[in-house]
Amino acid sequence: MAQKLKETILNPILKGNPITVLILGVCSSLAVTVELKGACVMALSVIIVTGVSSLICSLLRKTIPNRARIIIQLVVVAMMVILVDQVLKAFAYAIDKQLSVYIGLIITNCIVMGRIEAFALGNKPWPSLLDGVANGVGYGLILVIVAFFRELLGSGTLFGFPVLSSLGYVNNGLMILPPMALILIGCIIWVHRSIDKSLQEK
Amino acid sequence: MEYLSLFVKSIFVDNMIFAYFLGMCSYLAVSKNVKTANGLGIAVIFVLLITLPVNYLLNKFVLQPGALSWLGESFANVDLSFLSFILFIAVIAAIVQVVEMVVEKFLPSLYSSLGIFLPLIAVNCAILGGSLFMQQRDFAGFGEATVYALGSGIGWYLAIVTLAAIREKMAYSNVPSALKGTGIAFITVGLMGIAFMAFMGISL
Repeated sequence: MAQKLKETILNPILKGNPITVLILGVCSSLAVTVELKGACVMALSVIIVTGVSSLICSLLRKTIPNRARIIIQLVVVAMMVILVDQVLKAFAYAIDKQLSVYIGLIITNCIVMGRIEAFALGNKPWPSLLDGVANGVGYGLILVIVAFFRELLGSGTLFGFPVLSSLGYVNNGLMILPPMALILIGCIIWVHRSIDKSLQEK
Repeated sequence: MEYLSLFVKSIFVDNMIFAYFLGMCSYLAVSKNVKTANGLGIAVIFVLLITLPVNYLLNKFVLQPGALSWLGESFANVDLSFLSFILFIAVIAAIVQVVEMVVEKFLPSLYSSLGIFLPLIAVNCAILGGSLFMQQRDFAGFGEATVYALGSGIGWYLAIVTLAAIREKMAYSNVPSALKGTGIAFITVGLMGIAFMAFMGISL
């Protein structure tokens, strides 16, 4: 049992990472990676939403009729996202403005729905919660890596503190532009699949 | 003239894929050949064109602060905008369902080519994203919202068909084995995005 739980937690972070392996949830992730701060807030929001909605759907799994499950899942996820959005609006208004529509887009983030469909509806609440959180962490990890390079090379700062700019580094404006996020993810996939050869596509 | 500039802007400058990464999951998953990409692209245009104006009306007459004043004086201060996520997604899911049934009944040939993609679209970020951008940008009228929906749908269509065509050709080239498939697709989209940025300087 303990072995299985460990598997549930580690698998989404490394071997079955939602972004680099399953290609889920790319939509809302890339645009928030210009700065580390925004990326961390986004990662945290996604961890909370996937974890709690997996937990709720797992608790309800015996009462949800099969035909209506998609709409019920959407309602649960939308409710969680509204809660997160309202909390952010109240306590971190500037960041909420910066993330703009992408907080709302967590609803259609494929990771959340995908994990509920694939895992939470067939498992007990506790493993479901762990699975949701672990997938959120796997997603957040990529987000933070991408944001680290984009902020460091694009603005020469980390979390807004000057790091490279004091060393005479000239900011690379290209890193702040949207296309570089895609190319960086491509490179992360490249590194990941070079290390783990079993993931390579034929 | 304003409509035309909004139309061109939403296709090229504010392209859903290259500027905002909306609908990326299905974009990468379904762009392996031009035929299916074409089907999904048309379905996205179609659904955006229906859901966005409906959500515009919903936003204007129900959700905005003070939008309920048509019900009477006492409703003038009601602000329901915190409900917008749940209502937008419900409208989208319902409309997709209805569109699917109508198309199946009256246009069977269109249904057989769009069929599998329609239910998928309910959770496509581009559709919800379109509605949320509409709410954020505060469009002046119904016409503007419709033109924006059409433009961003066409922009998405253009992006997916181009990527599918490139990926079809790329099947014959010698890509490093760790980059094959999704890795090289990401980098290709990035390069296409840089190319599309040439449109950014255009002001209409």
